[in-house]
Amino acid sequence: MSNLIKFKIDGNECMAEAGTYIVEAAHQNGIYIPTLCNMPGVKPKGSCRICTVKINGRLMTSCTTPVTDGMEIESNSNDINELRKSIIELLFVSGNHFCPACEKSGNCELQALGYLYQMMVPRFPYDFPKREVDASSPFIIKDQDRCIMCKRCIKSIKDKEGRSYFAFHNRGNHLEVVLDKELAANMTKETAELAMKNCPVGSIIVKEKGFVVPIGQRKFDKKPIGSDVTV
Amino acid sequence: MSKPVLATTSLAGCFGCHMSILDIDERILQLIELVEFNKSPVDDIKTFTKPVDIGIIEGGCCNSENVEVLRSFRKNCKILISLGECAIMGGLPAMRNGIPVEECLHEAYIGGPTVQLNKSHILPNDDELPMLLDKVYPCHEIVKIDYFLPGCPPSADLIWNALVALLTGDPMKLPYEVVKFD
Repeated sequence: MSNLIKFKIDGNECMAEAGTYIVEAAHQNGIYIPTLCNMPGVKPKGSCRICTVKINGRLMTSCTTPVTDGMEIESNSNDINELRKSIIELLFVSGNHFCPACEKSGNCELQALGYLYQMMVPRFPYDFPKREVDASSPFIIKDQDRCIMCKRCIKSIKDKEGRSYFAFHNRGNHLEVVLDKELAANMTKETAELAMKNCPVGSIIVKEKGFVVPIGQRKFDKKPIGSDVTV
Repeated sequence: MSKPVLATTSLAGCFGCHMSILDIDERILQLIELVEFNKSPVDDIKTFTKPVDIGIIEGGCCNSENVEVLRSFRKNCKILISLGECAIMGGLPAMRNGIPVEECLHEAYIGGPTVQLNKSHILPNDDELPMLLDKVYPCHEIVKIDYFLPGCPPSADLIWNALVALLTGDPMKLPYEVVKFD
């Protein structure tokens, strides 16, 4: 353990092994930094920007930046939290997020971050984009209304040969995450469940199952997101 | 001193938010002590009879009548509150926003699987009927809204806490469990 280095988050002394990404290092020290596109076991790419922190006056994504000795990180400040809140609001208005009609409500990380930052209404106008629902696969419904293009499904849901069930399709404003129909035909129920679990929102929903845990008793209904991390 | 005056309405909503107002249970007796109701489904007063302090809006705007009522609330109320997901973002009615109005009407009155009695394929077109808007609009995209209380419906505690904060001037109590979008 000679690689241990010292750094500070919001003035709190922390320790972690050199090279650990800030998000992970913060969690190891009981400090929660929110993430959406990042998940354990998947190479981080810093696309959603929700984990943004300030280091030396510069905004950096903490999921892709390793800690260094003596680093001073600003995370839970008014400025940074306001920035994160605006990202959440942008995500809410750029898709069609009808929480009351969503099976993922209460287990949704986007919604939970809305709660965490007390989003009462997004400050941006609603886009109401026209999106499709793909229910052609035997076990999964892929609802493009709710997709936030985080790529977590593309990176984490693969078959035995390492092929991804999900892939990016089109570009720019037309970009969407689609399900490979041929691969999906042979998807197991377990993989479908895992895909739904790994989706931070309600874009991947397992068919023929719903409300096993009632609204009000779900993951983020009683406790804020990140409360399993904070000490 | 006269009591603060309260008005409420349900636009493109399901009245669930009004049910949630009633869910404050016995505190409604306290509320009656604290405020006076004007135009509202609660007391069935149909038109504004005096200037109102707090207007509570349930539901978004899906037709011309909703817009007219909302504008009259803005005109007659000092403070407007968007209550619930439909008022805030259109809610479930806004799920039609990606579908052209013509297609919606066709599905509802002509082509839908449960349409049986409309043999002559008439779309409602009486002058008395409000016109449907091209999509369902959040209230704050039509008039200025001062406060927002999310939820489907917003919990009774959230509504109560907001009213108490407005009436007393104290900061609003916002425990984690009361702000929910579902």
